[in-house]
Amino acid sequence: MTRTNICHSSNSEHLLHRLHAIQQQYRHIPSQAMQQVAAEYRLPVSQIKSVVAFYAFFSTQPCGRYHILFSNCTSCGYWSNGHNLLQSLCQLLQVTPGQPRADGLVSIDETSCIGMCDHGASMLVNGIPIIGLNPEKIAHIAQQINSEVPIQHWSATWLEVPDRVRRRDLLLSEAWIPGSALQQALKQGADDTLANIQRSGLRGRGGAGFDTGQKWRLCREASADTRYVICNADEGEPGTFKDRYLLLEYADAMLEGMTVCAFVIGASQGFVYLRGEYRYLLPSLQAALDRRRTQGLLGSCILDREGFDFDISIVIGAGAYICGEESALIESLEGKPGIPRIRPPFPVTHGYLGQPTVVNNVETFIAAAQITVHGADWFKAVGTSTSAGSKVFSISGDCEKPGIYEYPFGITIRQVLDDCDAVDVQAVQIGGPAGVLLSARDFNRTIAFEDVSTGGSFLVFGKQRDLLAIHRNFAQFFAHESCGFCAPCRVGTQLLKITLDNIAAGRGSTGDLEELQQLSQIVQHQSHCGLGHSAANHVLNGLRQFPHTFTQALKPHFTARFDLDRSLASARQITQRDDAAAHLDNR
Amino acid sequence: MTDDGTNTIRIDEQEIPFTAGQTIMDAALAAGIYIPHLCHYPGLSPSGNCRLCVVETGNRSVAACTTPAAAGQQIRSDTPEMNAARKAITQMLFVEGNHICPSCEKTGNCKLQAMAYHLGMLDDHFPQFYQRREIDASHPEILLDRCRCILCDLCVRASRDIDKKNVFAIAGRGTNAQLIVNTPSGKLADASIAVTDLAANICPVGAILIKEQGYQVPIGKRIFDQSTIKEIALQEHSAQQETDRDS
Ligand SMILES: Cc1cc2nc3c(=O)[nH]c(=O)nc-3n(C[C@H](O)[C@H](O)[C@H](O)COP(=O)(O)O)c2cc1C
Ligand code: SF4
Ligand code: SF4
Repeated sequence: MTRTNICHSSNSEHLLHRLHAIQQQYRHIPSQAMQQVAAEYRLPVSQIKSVVAFYAFFSTQPCGRYHILFSNCTSCGYWSNGHNLLQSLCQLLQVTPGQPRADGLVSIDETSCIGMCDHGASMLVNGIPIIGLNPEKIAHIAQQINSEVPIQHWSATWLEVPDRVRRRDLLLSEAWIPGSALQQALKQGADDTLANIQRSGLRGRGGAGFDTGQKWRLCREASADTRYVICNADEGEPGTFKDRYLLLEYADAMLEGMTVCAFVIGASQGFVYLRGEYRYLLPSLQAALDRRRTQGLLGSCILDREGFDFDISIVIGAGAYICGEESALIESLEGKPGIPRIRPPFPVTHGYLGQPTVVNNVETFIAAAQITVHGADWFKAVGTSTSAGSKVFSISGDCEKPGIYEYPFGITIRQVLDDCDAVDVQAVQIGGPAGVLLSARDFNRTIAFEDVSTGGSFLVFGKQRDLLAIHRNFAQFFAHESCGFCAPCRVGTQLLKITLDNIAAGRGSTGDLEELQQLSQIVQHQSHCGLGHSAANHVLNGLRQFPHTFTQALKPHFTARFDLDRSLASARQITQRDDAAAHLDNR
Repeated sequence: MTDDGTNTIRIDEQEIPFTAGQTIMDAALAAGIYIPHLCHYPGLSPSGNCRLCVVETGNRSVAACTTPAAAGQQIRSDTPEMNAARKAITQMLFVEGNHICPSCEKTGNCKLQAMAYHLGMLDDHFPQFYQRREIDASHPEILLDRCRCILCDLCVRASRDIDKKNVFAIAGRGTNAQLIVNTPSGKLADASIAVTDLAANICPVGAILIKEQGYQVPIGKRIFDQSTIKEIALQEHSAQQETDRDS
């Protein structure tokens, strides 16, 4: 590699994009490239190294020319009707997971939920989603790869991600006219626009449910030279895919919501932080931005209003769930690892580059745009008294009709289950692994901020599901996504995973249930950020609602946690032996 | 707020004053109250990563080292439940790394060890991780053994903010997180660190050791053979107060 072919671009390119380009070109980020990027961006080489090490989509060892990442989510993961598709493809292509094949053609690994949950088993091939996998499709893919067919030439139907909107309500049934919210905002002025949002009762759709009008007001009132608007399109909570759909079909309303916010708070720059898994949405989002610029809805003197200048850039993440947490997102935008900041101060006063910043979810901005057009009463007419409006759900798992559903707040869980044709339901996980696990006892409860709150993920688990496997999946997710900053989450999420794996392996004893309880409480109470605070929810819920899940896996007689056979694995690896004599059969 | 500009907070049974801008930790240490901590060091900006100083106020758990003191706060810290959680976190730090106390040069001077004594930790409790971590012995005078690193970030902050050399950083996610050296080679030998730097001396454990001065103080006469971690923490705080006053 020569110096020139890495240094071609200017520093205006976002660091994450620069590193992505290098990763694409060399299939990894060579050490020399990190040094060059450090020099180019005038950053310490340690910062480049820590960024590369933080994001799952960057690697320091070469990946294959076809780099395949199977989702390991409970809905779009690689288990399809009892088949382990990841294993099948590895066998067909003779690949060891996590290692490129000797000829460098292909590498296969797994990744956290890629947001294709309504389409069954899915994967990313060089970043491009391929959905609805089954053994036949896997065999075809193996052939395509072995004959080195470029992905662009794979069957066109494979590369489509169709949307299934099953139910529309307030937001999704309303027609959208570009510019309509901005015209209204300019007509009534910033004060009244804000007052209208506040009066509507709109609360954040990303999960935490903070009052949106209040957030905008705090940001507006914070003294500063400049302010920023950020749209959180990181959608990483497993089982959530509604933003994927909204970003495709309602991008214009979302961008307009951001622009209305900019008008209210006095911002001139906005960002859409898009998760790396949704990179395929970039062309359509760029087109939406360009269209709005030509229509005078973005750029300088928006709608000919002197001094109303605002533009939006898209920054694409690189595989890190934690970057959905707003302060980690801001760190990532600043070209750093996504480690959540100390809060307070909150982003509304100290956000991007230390300036007051509004961070809102995709759906929140769309709602804000429509509220500006139709008024607070239009919004408040739907929902409950403390949860105004409607919510877009991502429904997946064991049901006949997975997809996007929009409901007014206050809908019962039972109604949702009926509508998606879920029968023999054992449990639902609402709000993703970070949310709550509920049994049939709770199906009369409602979805609302005052009852069961959700950012949109709604996972259905039928009677035949092994809930212990679900818990292990979630525990693995958090252990993998913990940013590593604080001790209780960094170590505690691993210990939760180890303990659950032990129980599933038949090495659990009654004491392990108490152990799970205590560990969960420590992770929940002592951690630094929302990831840690919520990482053990599913275990605590499971222990309370479905104790049988755990107790039935316990052995009646004492079994040592120490597994001698497993401990010999490294010895087997070193001696390259895996025959029967290299194993202990002591079960 | 009282007229002389001081406010008070209550920690367990004690009412103590604080001044604007102080964290709960600052106010507590100034009043002679010890809240266990490993990643806080007087004079360095707080980080909040070890979470030992988590206290309860109202129904919230907050890190004392990063949370501003606010008038009227009612804080619970020295309770059996909170100390049990602290002990568990200390055990977590032990199993995550590879701590070789009996043969570690830091033994007796190690704050992780001293914390274990303070909290009455008698075993590791959790299974060992046995992680493979790299040792960097490239520097003629300073040894970096990542096996013993607890990722407290003190050397990172000391080098960046006090020594002004920015020698260290932490890289990697989850339990892959590890201390890295800010040089193209990643080796300590190529860094500008000196044995007199705060970064070379601040490590609470035996991860950064000065070479060729092993066991100058015999075991039995070392820091935590003579004093508790509580006494040392309060001393560190008053020493910093004096430095602040002098400057
Ligand atoms: C671990 C973690 C992940 C999160 N992921 C997302 C996300 O993917 N999208 C999102 O909008 N909010 C996410 N949030 C919530 C954000 O921190 C923030 O509250 C939200 O973006 C604010 O927007 P809203 O008020 O419109 O919901 C996450 C929070 C945590 C703690
Ligand atoms: S709770 Fe977990 S994700 Fe959050 S800061 Fe701590 S280690 Fe990172
Ligand atoms: S080397 Fe020592 S001071 Fe530095 S992070 Fe590790 S434990 Fe802390």
